[in-house]
Amino acid sequence: MAETETRTRTGTTTRTAVRLEAVTKDFGAVRAVDAVDLTVHEGEFFTLLGPSGSGKTTLLRLVAGFEQPTAGRIELAGQDVTATPPNRRDVHTVFQDYALFPHMSVEQNVAYALTVRGVRKAERLARAREALTTVRLDGFASRGPAELSGGQRQRVALARALVDRPAVLLLDEPLGALDLALRQEMQTELKELQRTTGITFLLVTHDQDEALTMSDRIAVVRDGRIEQTGPPVEVYERPATAFVAGFVGTTNLLRGEAAVRVVGRPGTYSIRPERILLTDPAEPPAAASADGRRTVTGRITDIVHAGAHTRFTIALPHGDRLTVHRQNLTGLPQSARPDGEIGLSWDERDAFPVPS
Amino acid sequence: MRVSRTARVILGCVTAAGLAIVYVPLLLVLLNSFNADRSFGWPPSGLTGRWWRAALHSDGAREALLTSLKAGLAATAIALVLGTLAAYAVHRHRFFGRRTVSFLLVLPIALPGIVSGIALNAAFRTVLDPIGVGFGLFTVVVGHATFCVVIVFNNIGARLRRIAPSLAEASADLGARSWQTFRYVTFPAMRSALFAGGLLAFALSFDEIVVTTFTAGPGTRTLPIWIYENLARPHQAPVVNVVAALLIVVSVVPVYIAQRLSSDPAGGRL
Repeated sequence: MAETETRTRTGTTTRTAVRLEAVTKDFGAVRAVDAVDLTVHEGEFFTLLGPSGSGKTTLLRLVAGFEQPTAGRIELAGQDVTATPPNRRDVHTVFQDYALFPHMSVEQNVAYALTVRGVRKAERLARAREALTTVRLDGFASRGPAELSGGQRQRVALARALVDRPAVLLLDEPLGALDLALRQEMQTELKELQRTTGITFLLVTHDQDEALTMSDRIAVVRDGRIEQTGPPVEVYERPATAFVAGFVGTTNLLRGEAAVRVVGRPGTYSIRPERILLTDPAEPPAAASADGRRTVTGRITDIVHAGAHTRFTIALPHGDRLTVHRQNLTGLPQSARPDGEIGLSWDERDAFPVPS
Repeated sequence: MRVSRTARVILGCVTAAGLAIVYVPLLLVLLNSFNADRSFGWPPSGLTGRWWRAALHSDGAREALLTSLKAGLAATAIALVLGTLAAYAVHRHRFFGRRTVSFLLVLPIALPGIVSGIALNAAFRTVLDPIGVGFGLFTVVVGHATFCVVIVFNNIGARLRRIAPSLAEASADLGARSWQTFRYVTFPAMRSALFAGGLLAFALSFDEIVVTTFTAGPGTRTLPIWIYENLARPHQAPVVNVVAALLIVVSVVPVYIAQRLSSDPAGGRL
């Protein structure tokens, strides 16, 4: 999957910011990263999405230079950096715990990259202030990290990593420690920051919402391998594997006998819960069935009101279960109550095959 | 945890009694250094500064104080360097025998002083004597350094455990070389632990007597040795009291400061 991506793009003017070639990383007997090929283009917001322990953070640390690959090759902007120490790579990291220097003021933290490069004091203070303005933290320059809220620390960490405009910004679960409202606000802000600065962002997260909201492209990581690479829409609408279908969004996975009964064909199929419509079983199936809709009937076993939508669990005659999401827009069919008979219908193209 | 009223009273009494057993005799020493009665009759017949003046002019006491200061400072300096390096190696690097090294480093503080003393004495006699280094201040410093290193090692180790490893990574990530990371990040975060470790090490060296007895030459008298030698001489007794009082003060202050610093969050105010 990743390879086709690379090939189609190499012909165009897009340049490569990060490139991993057959990178493997072992920790003792554990293989954290398994022969991964990955290409991140310049100016892209790229996300490594995967469950904890999938090796996504190790991938990020390999790019930063904190870990040395057991095998393979790492390139930044076309240069082989496999053996280059972190301090000589043109990338900066926003750490999960922010890693702000506790004994330095906000301003000193932000100016650090300039300080160690010997930039004159007047200039580095000016540029630190500038970076603080970008993250909307004017007036916080002389505070200590301990006096800041979680969201503010996050912004300081961002400003510190952006102050000398690295080629690539690495973000390790940067929003993990924030509450929901702040997380959503920061998602928008991160995306905006990436657009205005034009810096390549490589983000690691286990949160599919975060990945879908912010990324230009997503790589879904599992057990040290990349399962699928592609734009959010593609990963969501056309998952390459059953794992991707289940991990990115929720889905109804139907295999073997169940696939034959529900979908009408053998194989493994995924039907997104929001693609299934609830209909009144008393009414004859709409004329739509002619143009490739599939209709089944079942019994509602559970109804969960989840704010903007309602989640139905429906038991089909042979014990198969389907989850249906329905936007809370209009009234429900009469029978849409616990234990009620209900009709389900979906476009046959929405039951798409996934390799299992 | 809820504690009943009776239990609280009992616990309070036991605590008070325990503290009293430790500190009342110390207070007595302090008080006696001002006691006008030469044979320390109780209650004191009056207070006087005579003994303090006498101690100030006692050549033996002054010389011993100087020796103790020299030995303490030198042992502390050695401990700071070796202890920090060892703590760094054990806590920041993975190598074969790491746990063993850590254990062997801490062991001297648990060994009976008399055993360390005999062992060092024998070692110095067989190794240093033949090459012309006799027993004296140098051997005392080496002897004290063996346990002072442990204090610094433990203090710095505790601090290193609390400093997130991501700080050093962040520093390197932002372009710092190793020495810059040490100078701007690691050292400032360790500074108060170094100071606390140093103070404790000094306090330990300053009142050490067992190891000192076995490693000091006949002419080298630290303050505790001087006290020990003069204890039996009735006419020196008041001066000994003053010196003991002085030792209490000199020991308490650094320990107090060190404890304040150690409880400080990483970084500290120093």
